[in-house]
Amino acid sequence: MSASLAAAPPQGTAAEIARSVRAGERSAREVLDAHLAGVEATEGEVHAFNLVLADEARAAADALDVRIAAGEDPGPLAGVPVALKDNLCTRGIPTTCSSKILAGWRPPYDATVVQLLAGAGAVTIGKTNLDEFAMGSSTENSAFGPTRNPHDPTRVPGGSSGGSAAAVAAGFAPISLGSDTGGSIRQPAALCGVVGLKPTYGLVSRYGLIAFASSLDQIGPFATTVADAALVLDVIAGHDPHDSTSIPEPVPSYSATLDRGVEGLRIGLITELMGEGIAPDVAARVREAAAALEAAGATVGEASVPAARLGLSAYYLIAPAEASSNLARYDGVRYGLRVDAPTTGEMMTATRTAGFGAEVKRRIMLGTYALSAGYYDAYYGKALKVRTLIIRDFAAAYEHFDLLLSPTSPTTAFALGDKTADPLSMYLNDVCTIPTNLSGDAAISVPFGTGDDGLPVGVQLLAPALGEVAMLRAAAVVEAAAPRNAEVRA
Amino acid sequence: MSPPLVITSPTTGTDWELVIGLEVHAELATVTKMFSGAPNVFGGEPNTNIDPVTLGLPGSLPVVNRRAVELGIRVGLALHCSVRRSTFARKNYFYPDMPKDYQISQFDEPLNVDGWLELPDGTRAGIERAHLEEDTGKSSHQGGDGRIHGAESSLVDYNRAGVPLIEIVGRPDLHSPEDARAYVSELRSILVAIGASDGKMEEGSMRVDANVSVRPVGDGELGTRCEVKNVNSLRSLVRAIDYEARRQVDVIEAGDRVHQETRHWDEEAGRTRAGRSKEGAEDYRYFLEPDLVVLDPSPEWVAEIAADLPVLPAARRARLAAAAGVTPGEVALAVERKLDDLALATIELGAEPARVLNHVEHNLAVDGAAGLDPAQFAALVGLELDGSLTATQAKQVLAEMVTSGSSPAAIARAHGFEAMDTSALEGIVDAVIAGNEADWAEFVAGDDKKRGKLTGFFVGQVMKESKGQADGKAVTALLNQRRDGA
Repeated sequence: MSASLAAAPPQGTAAEIARSVRAGERSAREVLDAHLAGVEATEGEVHAFNLVLADEARAAADALDVRIAAGEDPGPLAGVPVALKDNLCTRGIPTTCSSKILAGWRPPYDATVVQLLAGAGAVTIGKTNLDEFAMGSSTENSAFGPTRNPHDPTRVPGGSSGGSAAAVAAGFAPISLGSDTGGSIRQPAALCGVVGLKPTYGLVSRYGLIAFASSLDQIGPFATTVADAALVLDVIAGHDPHDSTSIPEPVPSYSATLDRGVEGLRIGLITELMGEGIAPDVAARVREAAAALEAAGATVGEASVPAARLGLSAYYLIAPAEASSNLARYDGVRYGLRVDAPTTGEMMTATRTAGFGAEVKRRIMLGTYALSAGYYDAYYGKALKVRTLIIRDFAAAYEHFDLLLSPTSPTTAFALGDKTADPLSMYLNDVCTIPTNLSGDAAISVPFGTGDDGLPVGVQLLAPALGEVAMLRAAAVVEAAAPRNAEVRA
Repeated sequence: MSPPLVITSPTTGTDWELVIGLEVHAELATVTKMFSGAPNVFGGEPNTNIDPVTLGLPGSLPVVNRRAVELGIRVGLALHCSVRRSTFARKNYFYPDMPKDYQISQFDEPLNVDGWLELPDGTRAGIERAHLEEDTGKSSHQGGDGRIHGAESSLVDYNRAGVPLIEIVGRPDLHSPEDARAYVSELRSILVAIGASDGKMEEGSMRVDANVSVRPVGDGELGTRCEVKNVNSLRSLVRAIDYEARRQVDVIEAGDRVHQETRHWDEEAGRTRAGRSKEGAEDYRYFLEPDLVVLDPSPEWVAEIAADLPVLPAARRARLAAAAGVTPGEVALAVERKLDDLALATIELGAEPARVLNHVEHNLAVDGAAGLDPAQFAALVGLELDGSLTATQAKQVLAEMVTSGSSPAAIARAHGFEAMDTSALEGIVDAVIAGNEADWAEFVAGDDKKRGKLTGFFVGQVMKESKGQADGKAVTALLNQRRDGA
């Protein structure tokens, strides 16, 4: 194992930073500079970022300090550096999706979440690396090279939000945003030993998130603590009239109820996600987390979600189908890369051939095929039926349990290059996380000890739609019971 | 409907019947676009009425325009459709003027289904569906012959992209080019009447595609159809359908078969041309648009919209026709000119229907005519009927009534349009005869043709002498009376 580059956030948690900056005990600039120093020191080895926005961040931090000096309160994330997955649109700042095809494109607008974070006083420190268009589980499918796992740079950070997970694990920022289509927040959170939350579909606006699979995509936070994840969710959750799939209901404060414990909660361990394909050391940690929850007053039982294991095959039809349509617009006509050719049609083909990486092309082809006349019923249509089954099975399980529990990822972080030659083995990484995207429910990955290799393990807590309040309470209990990092690395 | 167009083959003697189904796209008269706040206005500098959603920029999302849905429902109700729970789907194909390379449309669950359209003569043509979708941008090709193939470069204007459209799919119930014209004309009247669209075919805010096929008269099976596009006026529609039907008959009679294809109407050449041949059928890979939710208008909302609908042209025709004692077809023009309320009110005040409709048809195709006071209009018709005003005078008085709003009696007085008594008229007629002896001799001796010509001359002279107060019919009668006595 190589030397760890993992580091605690240099200025403490987001909550601590915001409190002290609002109180005038620390300047936003001082907080930022401490984080930029960390970036300076190890980003070369980690490669969490596609773009570090040092100058812009300093200007933003200075502006915050002026406002604070004038007696203003910039909000609950005052002075907190945040790293943004590079599929979130940032006005005037390159947004690449780690793809060559968006070369040179600068969005003329901010994503809703970017506006909300800025409005709460957060300072964007950079845009993080991802699997191209969020398609992957290792951040190796990036046109700009892979991100490395700070706990062991020979290992992958997971994906697709590997850059955002690594940025938090390496101490570059106390919080970051990712997007989760089939586990792209939770799996890298597990592999990098940080907290990663996928909110209920529709809880956080997707406006300005560059789509991979629209019916599955959801933005969520990475943090070093459950409390910080709740704090970010407090800021980014809520109805957005620009996103028709956004839930038009008021949201509670997730932070406010975090310490209420799990007394009386019924928690079910998902049988189908504890057996075949799950590494024994990972399964052991999940059982320990279950025991901790029980010790804290929850009732823990075995829950059956029979269709859960069908999720993987349904997902790899539905997500590529939507992607094949979502990614059609990258045709060289309006923005991004254009490879000239004699006719418009040939220009489009040449542009897409040169601009997309192999995995993106593979999924566009899979999706196009699945939607084609004559195959629709057998593939896409059938996948939709499986999705209905999964929704039904989860709903049935939630009649008996308030929350469900499973591993986040079947294994700890694997080595770079390990699975790139075999897409199927890479896809299998998402077996535990995908069902939640298909059902539209919420889930969170919380670090809980390590595997036999000394690398972080994440346990996943799942909740029915809009069940974030109870889910975060349980997550806080799991976090408190987890073996400390120092013990882990020893 | 008009009698079906039957094309009799000169060679085989077979009688061929025409079957037409029309697909009409109309731009909805909203302030903003179908899925964004960008302005929906015609023209403008290229690429100025756009926003991230219009351009389909990465990360942008569509939001359904409530007003567009409301107008869509108005169209559905006006066409007697069922308004129902509907969904949006993506129609996927690559084309540079389509920003996302898919069009958001409604596919298997359209907003409106199963309605009909009543033609001016009272017959009905079926409507299969009327659904919402977004328009595309416009490409213009530089160099070459103006088509995409062979062009040196292409420019795209996305101002029109995302403009709300309603696509109204008619059933193949029409059997002559004239029926097609009446259908489109009626549909346009309805769309304009309910404020859904301005219906301008020339500006492209209403576009008509005609599915045309032919079959032997009496055959129950439909023939293979061709979709005729690029029809930009009612006149072109009639010509294009007529041409296409005859072309198909020729093809079949020559022993070939009609290929299902899209054909473009070439107005100058007066013919349809095959579009670029496609390798197999297009596969649009429709699937449910995941960025939008189900569109399920509440019954309350639909009822509210229905209650707010104006009286539609068919009902207006029926109403006026009943009052006037004529057929709906005979009052179509009055309704089209929106003068039926005036005509109806005037007739209800006791004015003679035939004269009212005659004025509406011939003398009131002017701005402000609808604002005429029915009582004064009725008074004018009364003056005309009792001989106080001649037809010529009535026309002039009517025109001034529209512009000045004064009463017909006052206008007639101001012009000195008093009824001439018979002796005064006889005096003038005799004076004119005396002053034009040679012409009079010819009038008396000449044949009918000659006399017809000279009648005009004498009437004109009498009109001149009477300063227009003479009644032309009375003058003619007097002239004939004098001739008989000569």
